[in-house]
Amino acid sequence: MKPRHGLLAGLARHFVEELADSLEAEQLAARAGFLQALDPRAKLLAIILLIVGASTARLLLPLAGLFVLAVVLSLLSQIPLASLVRRVWLVVALFTGLIALPALVLVPGEVIVTLPWCGLGVSRQGLRSAAFLIGRGETCVTLVSLLVMTTPWQQVLKAMRSLGVPVVVVAMLGMTQRYIFLLVQLALQMFEARRSRVIIAPDAAATRRMALAMLGVLLGKSLQLASEVHQAMLARGYRGEVCLLDEFQMCWCDWLVLLLALAVCVVMVLLK
Amino acid sequence: MTNDLIFDLQEVSCAHQGALVLGPLSLQIRAGSRVAILGANGSGKTTLLRLLDALHYPHSGVASAFGQRIDEANFADDEVNFAFRRRVGLVFQNPDVQLFNPTVFDELAFGPLQLGWPRERILTAVEESLARLRITHLRQRAPHRLSGGEKKRVALASVLIMEPEVLLLDEPTAALDPESQGEILRFLAEGQGSGRTIVTTTHDLHLVEGIAEHVIVLGAGKLVAQGTPAEILGNEALLRATHLIHSHWHRHADGEVHEHDHLHAHSHAHVASSITLATPYRPLQRSRP
Repeated sequence: MKPRHGLLAGLARHFVEELADSLEAEQLAARAGFLQALDPRAKLLAIILLIVGASTARLLLPLAGLFVLAVVLSLLSQIPLASLVRRVWLVVALFTGLIALPALVLVPGEVIVTLPWCGLGVSRQGLRSAAFLIGRGETCVTLVSLLVMTTPWQQVLKAMRSLGVPVVVVAMLGMTQRYIFLLVQLALQMFEARRSRVIIAPDAAATRRMALAMLGVLLGKSLQLASEVHQAMLARGYRGEVCLLDEFQMCWCDWLVLLLALAVCVVMVLLK
Repeated sequence: MTNDLIFDLQEVSCAHQGALVLGPLSLQIRAGSRVAILGANGSGKTTLLRLLDALHYPHSGVASAFGQRIDEANFADDEVNFAFRRRVGLVFQNPDVQLFNPTVFDELAFGPLQLGWPRERILTAVEESLARLRITHLRQRAPHRLSGGEKKRVALASVLIMEPEVLLLDEPTAALDPESQGEILRFLAEGQGSGRTIVTTTHDLHLVEGIAEHVIVLGAGKLVAQGTPAEILGNEALLRATHLIHSHWHRHADGEVHEHDHLHAHSHAHVASSITLATPYRPLQRSRP
């Protein structure tokens, strides 16, 4: 029989599964694909330039073109589209869709359709605003996902350091990746421990009180755990710098990709 | 101070959130010695070990390692820190906090990379360490998906690969099944005569003779006694006062119940009502129907 979980426990469990998947996604980074072959510094810079381009796009068609480019890149890099649909496109569409929804009726302009059950009119300008928001969100998150899926996390951090990101920021990001799995596991164990000791199902108010109390305890434990993980890193000589077995090497195709990304970014900024 | 002195603690104490958790205590550890730090839970063993690894600094008193003072100001210097980490390795009690890389290979390579070893040396050292700890088959596995015993062996390998002169082990056999315990103990026994200084914390009396020739006993954060394993294990009053002896009850297959103390390292097999002892024990109260 499938065990029953509370909302928070269910979310935490789902998060652990996703996180485990994402750790295994490092296998994607080992595939022989287009993005995988690029120097991480060039890849990081190129993705940043494309994101700047997507964020500043003022026409829908070029924005759609950039999204298609991201899809082509994922195919060339052997990233399964099903994985992008499940992890990126549906999630972004849901969240940005929720945010964009009010714009459909709140942005004044030419009404193109009137909603039958409430009488509110959807304006052309509102629809355009919503399309921009969703389009930019989908394109930017897809590009970031491509970077993360095709580059081992340590290489992303090292590339950030090479581009001048302060050591403290990179150390924090590195710590977060190492520590978050432990924290989620700890949260799950707490949920399971609570479930095993609850004999009579508490009412909603008591459940909320318990959940809040557990969050407080989890915060305390997480601080202790973070300190322990950091001490374990220090004990093995960690000083904030990212050290890799292989040094980065730029080749002509890395420079070419960078130039193309720069060109796309400039075109997106200039197109009106 | 003689040249072979590695750690020298003089009236050292450690505090946590204003409360004294260790000391004041004084002790010395010499190069090549194998030392066991014995103590019940909460006696300050882990704090002492972290102090020796310069992860905690003394609240008062003077602690030094290799002639260098262990304090925040000194270890803020990168060179001092680097030199110390190259020479001293700590295996944490909880391997989960020590294993934070995506694969076992990355885990083992982490320390040497921090020490700036060349690529070829790292690759060779990783393969050798995997083979030495018999974990070659775990090379590409994610550490968080391993069993407790496997995690412990990976944690040990991740420190040993750095070839430290001093190995600090925080309860290396805690929460392990007998087979995994045996693996760790086998490894420690193999390390005898290597010239490496090994400091191990434990509250398990039956480990002491196998892992140390000098024993330090802690009780409530204070150094209560030190001596050879024979001297310490033979001192019943000391072990009782530091809560290192435990009494327990048995109910045998024939219904007999008895209680006894574990005063010495011993093992016994329960076969019906007979008890086979490797070393004698002293029953407190015998045979209740």
